[in-house]
Amino acid sequence: MPKHLLLGNEAIAWGLVEGGLQVAAAYPGTPSSEVFGTLARLAPTKGFYAEWSVNEKVALEVAAGAAYAGARAAVSMKQVGLNVAADPLMALAYIGVKGGLVLVVADDPGPHSSQTEQDTRLFARFAGLPVLDPATPQEAKEMAKAAFALSEVLGLPVILRPTTRVAHVGQDVGIDETVVSPPFTGKFAKDPRWVIFPSLAAKRHVWLNRQQEAAQKLLAATPFNVFREAESELGILASGVSATYAEEALFELGLKVNLFKIGTPYPLPIEPVLSFLKRLKRLLILEELEPVVEDQVIRLAWQHRLPVEIAGKHDHLVPREGEFNVDLVRKIIAFFAGVADQLPPEMVLPPLPARPPVLCAGCPHRASFYALKKAAEGTDAVFTGDIGCYTLGNAPPLSMVDTCLCMGAGINIAAGLFRVGPARKQVAFLGDSTFFHAGLPGLVNAVYNRAAITIVVLDNRTTAMTGYQPHPGTGRNAAGKPAPVIEIAALARACGVEFVRVVDPYDLAEAVRVAREALAFPGPAVVVMRRECVALAQPKKPCRVDREKCLECNLCIEELGCPALAPGPQITPACTGCGLCAAVCPAGAISGGELS
Amino acid sequence: MSFDIVITGVGGQGTVLAARVLAAAAMAAGLPVRTSEIIGMAQREGVVMSQVRFGDPLWGALIPDRKADLLLGFEPAEAVRGLPKLKPAGVAVVNTTPVIPVTAALGLSAYDPQACLAYLREKVPRLYLLEASRLAAEAGHPRAVNSVLLGAAAALDLLPFSAGSLLDCLLAAVPEKYREVNRRAFEAGKMAVG
Repeated sequence: MPKHLLLGNEAIAWGLVEGGLQVAAAYPGTPSSEVFGTLARLAPTKGFYAEWSVNEKVALEVAAGAAYAGARAAVSMKQVGLNVAADPLMALAYIGVKGGLVLVVADDPGPHSSQTEQDTRLFARFAGLPVLDPATPQEAKEMAKAAFALSEVLGLPVILRPTTRVAHVGQDVGIDETVVSPPFTGKFAKDPRWVIFPSLAAKRHVWLNRQQEAAQKLLAATPFNVFREAESELGILASGVSATYAEEALFELGLKVNLFKIGTPYPLPIEPVLSFLKRLKRLLILEELEPVVEDQVIRLAWQHRLPVEIAGKHDHLVPREGEFNVDLVRKIIAFFAGVADQLPPEMVLPPLPARPPVLCAGCPHRASFYALKKAAEGTDAVFTGDIGCYTLGNAPPLSMVDTCLCMGAGINIAAGLFRVGPARKQVAFLGDSTFFHAGLPGLVNAVYNRAAITIVVLDNRTTAMTGYQPHPGTGRNAAGKPAPVIEIAALARACGVEFVRVVDPYDLAEAVRVAREALAFPGPAVVVMRRECVALAQPKKPCRVDREKCLECNLCIEELGCPALAPGPQITPACTGCGLCAAVCPAGAISGGELS
Repeated sequence: MSFDIVITGVGGQGTVLAARVLAAAAMAAGLPVRTSEIIGMAQREGVVMSQVRFGDPLWGALIPDRKADLLLGFEPAEAVRGLPKLKPAGVAVVNTTPVIPVTAALGLSAYDPQACLAYLREKVPRLYLLEASRLAAEAGHPRAVNSVLLGAAAALDLLPFSAGSLLDCLLAAVPEKYREVNRRAFEAGKMAVG
């Protein structure tokens, strides 16, 4: 097979295609987004169906429908997306599937881009579903390909769980570019097994528990658990990417110990792990996040009266939070093996500036936040936020995001705050893609229960944070083809909102006027701040500062915090010419930008 | 023999492309590769670090501390931030043009680029400082900093592939209309350290 430099996520997509994928659905989320991004690109030539769904629950249900009929289906999401899809997932484990169904759920130890560090391997154990934990992009591809058959043999969905350091790691991976998906020729067969009455659930619960044994045996026969023998009474059991860190650390330390790489952490393959345990006096278990493997090994060791000492999370040698790296694993292994380790002294760095991520130069969200800030000046309004680029509106000088919890929560948190502070203005910000994902039920709820809040939809015509995916408001589908446009303003009116306005945030004066009206409106009000994401827009000429007129008051910098405004003020090459700084300059010293 | 490169900069400067081009050149030379990137929120003007490893032996994609053979610093403060990854005898190629973070523009955080450069001079025996931002702008686009730094790295007789091969991989990775700009930027980088 010819080798290509592929991210783990791209490798997974190719593995799914080589495995005979027929239907794919997803909602983007870092670090999972490139799985479906690649599938969307491949779908037209490879002959499978692919859609961006409005959220993870919808995606999983679409895939489940296809798998009920016997098709091979896959969904991808980030770990917190699985919370949204948890409702169908838990019942689907009871109902089962006919065609193979693979959930690619990317975990984010660190976390780098997530609100939690939850461990999907633990979720798999909770749901009673097999989970595969790849160490490298190459292995992730092989697992993705094998997962359909595992799913079909067991009649259960299978979870493939890359972490950030697999999903966003590049490797030279061989792919079969000639592969095409087999056309689906089956047909959904009506059967009482698809209708989950309590009486059926009681029976299927017994079945699901029995399938754990079958899954354990099946996973033990896969090539994903690899034992490397050494002349030693010590052993290391490492799940997923931790195994690569352990191998490198052992090499650096010059140590020879038995190493068992686990690629199928739940259900843990019993026979191979037992024979591994029997050779050891002491065992170290390395896995990021939760002690999923460790808890199963402790149970096995106890059940079989094995005298092996087990080091890991429960004796606090291995951290339960954050991601691993070679240096950390090296320290843990050196301590475990009782060897001295010569590490170079830590460098003492000079003071460095804080550089948190910020809204891009020219981001329309900056203008929207600023408009609401001006409109609410002098009040003690609360600004609830949501998940997306615009969470960055939290940073000074805007300081316009007072809460952020999860997708779609902003509207409901504002409604809750309104119940205990009705005299205070409550403003909920959420993005356009987030609105379709989980904002709509909150909007209906606010209207139904008469929550007098202001909802500001930051409509930048894309799902920006995760890589500019389309959504139902954009008029494009996953394949880039025209799609029906679902207008947010029309939806809000249809839901019974009496105050609905659409405004361009780059037109600052108008945006402030509309925001004031919305804040004064005695009932739920919706303002759609509509302006294309600056990363997708045609660049305009950068703004210019007229040094003769400039008062050097620094108001532009202090009000906006735009990364294209450097002290001086000077306009850097990052400027996109949005003209917001020109609109706030009291001396008319800044020119250029779209509105001038 | 394996070779580790750490690339540090500010989100939006093109570190990810530089990492992919280096990996592609290593692959073209028949070497196994690993790259690692943080994609997502950090790309919005935050601290970014890409890692590229190739050769044999090769395990995970994360370079341990004090193991990188080469550091490409797209910005003085970020070069310093990435320095703990560089071998004591490693080589650093650093753009001297600072990117002032919003926190510093607002006075919430102090940034002294000259102090960062002085620290690099003190700590890195083989340090190449270049005005990559100016060279990129002269080549035709301020965003071609990555091509300038790649050109400089290619001229140092460190990498297990030729400058010509690296340039080919760079040109294959950029849209056609930007190829000439990137070629000029790459050559300017080569000249700056040659």
